[in-house]
Amino acid sequence: MTAVAETPSPARAAAPARGPAEAVRWPALVAFGALLLRDARVLTRERWRFLIRTVSQPLMLVFVFTYVFPTIGQELRAFDGQASFSDILVPGVIAITMLIKGVQSVALPLVDDFGYTREIEDRIMAPLPVWAVAVEKIVAGALQGLVAVVVVFPIVALVPAEPVSLDISWGHLLAVGLLAPFVGASLGLALGTLVTPKQVPMMFSVIILPVTFLGATYFPWTQLEAIPWLQWAVLINPLVYLSEGFRMALTSLPSMPPAAIYAGLLLCGGLTAAIGLWGFRRRVLA
Amino acid sequence: MTTTPAPAGAAAATAGDAAHPADGGAPAPMIATEALTKVFPSGLRAVDGVDLTVAPGEFFGLLGPNGAGKTTIIGMLTTRVQPTAGRARVAGVDVVAQPARAKRVIGVVPQTNTLDRSLSVRENLHYHARFFAYGRRQAAERAEALLEQFRLTDKRDVLVDELSGGMAQRLMIARALMHEPAMLFLDEPTVGLDPQSRIALWELLSELNEDGQTVLLTTHYMEEADHLCDRVAIMDHGHVLAADSPAELKRTVDAEAIVRVAAPGRSEVEPPSPDQLARLRGVLAAVPGVRWAEVRDGQVECHADSARGLLPRLVTAAEEAGTGISDLSVSEPSLETVFVSLTGRELRE
Ligand SMILES: Nc1ncnc2c1ncn2[C@@H]1O[C@H](COP(=O)(O)OP(=O)(O)O)[C@@H](O)[C@H]1O
Ligand SMILES: [Mg+2]
Repeated sequence: MTAVAETPSPARAAAPARGPAEAVRWPALVAFGALLLRDARVLTRERWRFLIRTVSQPLMLVFVFTYVFPTIGQELRAFDGQASFSDILVPGVIAITMLIKGVQSVALPLVDDFGYTREIEDRIMAPLPVWAVAVEKIVAGALQGLVAVVVVFPIVALVPAEPVSLDISWGHLLAVGLLAPFVGASLGLALGTLVTPKQVPMMFSVIILPVTFLGATYFPWTQLEAIPWLQWAVLINPLVYLSEGFRMALTSLPSMPPAAIYAGLLLCGGLTAAIGLWGFRRRVLA
Repeated sequence: MTTTPAPAGAAAATAGDAAHPADGGAPAPMIATEALTKVFPSGLRAVDGVDLTVAPGEFFGLLGPNGAGKTTIIGMLTTRVQPTAGRARVAGVDVVAQPARAKRVIGVVPQTNTLDRSLSVRENLHYHARFFAYGRRQAAERAEALLEQFRLTDKRDVLVDELSGGMAQRLMIARALMHEPAMLFLDEPTVGLDPQSRIALWELLSELNEDGQTVLLTTHYMEEADHLCDRVAIMDHGHVLAADSPAELKRTVDAEAIVRVAAPGRSEVEPPSPDQLARLRGVLAAVPGVRWAEVRDGQVECHADSARGLLPRLVTAAEEAGTGISDLSVSEPSLETVFVSLTGRELRE
């Protein structure tokens, strides 16, 4: 113990108001930024893992449906054969990527944190309100969603056998591109605070699978006219608004009316964020 | 230097003498609770009307069996459990009204390992400091200094999964201290540590306290509370039954010191005869300060109010009577005795 005794103690403590946080105007804001820095550090450390987890599903989807299928003569077309399947799938895959990223980057780590690791404890003790820690989770998740799309976009644009015909409307792309990752991350927060580690496999079967298959990713929502009950039923699925939003922003194919898309995005985002913040508080405070 | 200089006025309040506040001139308390109460939704009164005062510089212990409510009290003081009733201030900050502000003045070492497994040892400290508005340079320097102080420099770049239990615990403490909290909370910090690591941690905590750090620790080990704490609150079923210095607690329950005296046998291997023991018992029972004595397990047990100053008198008396003494051992009254006398139960059951 002599080694310890000889070192001048940096841990010396005297009276209450010490440390730079006391001198900063908005310590909570500084803490918020530092939480983002921490997440960025973790992301760079786990970049390969991140890449693989981000790319694998979109790559498989695009490769099988838009390269293998048309090449072996098993082609799928839409709008009475007017549109190639890749034109349908591109917005869908981008939407799915954002949603899945929300689950991967927000929900799953939170389930572990609250379930057993309690690693988030130190961040909860950072000098900012508990709700702000939850908001940081959403922001970090949304940023990861954006990064994921940047990674995935070249894949969906280049892999298909038949060139993808994009028709970008920049205004919509900007708006949807900013809203969509927040919806994905908010859904991640809601799921992450509600689900226990044991329920994760169930969550995939009961929530994620139906959401991704019925999220207007593999078919345009407008074409569901043929199955009216389903066209109505899928409106509770947040992914529908992401897919239709990107369809509207990236292609010239018919989509859900813009007002409905934005209303859906805002409503789903707001609702899942509210549930997530409530759930987070419930898991953190007794 | 690695430490941010404290404002001059604040530094004057250094705890060295604040640990023993003069009567009347007591400094503002570091912790003050009034009728602090937590009733969980199940209806359980985990903490029931607790009044606590901890002075700056004090090493304060909450001692009680599992389920006594220790963790719940720490939870309330550290903004994580919402009190059902009562008030709590830490370093002058109302923890219920201003939780985010309260978090700036407290450092917490929870009962379980909560280190960030996605970060290295050094980064666990670094990012913690960043949360508290330390700049990059400042955080880096302070991290290195604390790594050194807590003997973790060798491990600075490994992920925390690779740390032993004792190292992980040291890192948790270092992390809690990164932002120079006025108040350090430790919840059962030595549970699960091997005896060696426990002793090392005790030394470390004592040194921190000697350097002026105010500490509140919970434990269900009475030796730990006795060894470390200036004052101990004994808890059971959500109530504080008594709070005082260990010595005073022991005195109030009228506990006694027991001195075990071994007599030399006629040879190396032969134990002393019953006669010899009986004669020694008679001699020792007459020594002033000894309440009574008995022969037990081949030794004489002397029961006394206090062992202080008693041993030389016992030795002299035995020599004068020609019996002699081959060994002496003292067991002072313990906080265990205090707990039993307060609750009628053993501390560990
Ligand atoms: N979140 C909670 N909800 C309900 N009961 C709880 C909760 N936390 C603790 N308790 C109960 O409160 C009592 C005191 O617990 P605790 O403060 O953890 O005791 P200690 O730390 O002294 O072992 C126990 O009976 C425990 O089961
Ligand atoms: Mg406990």
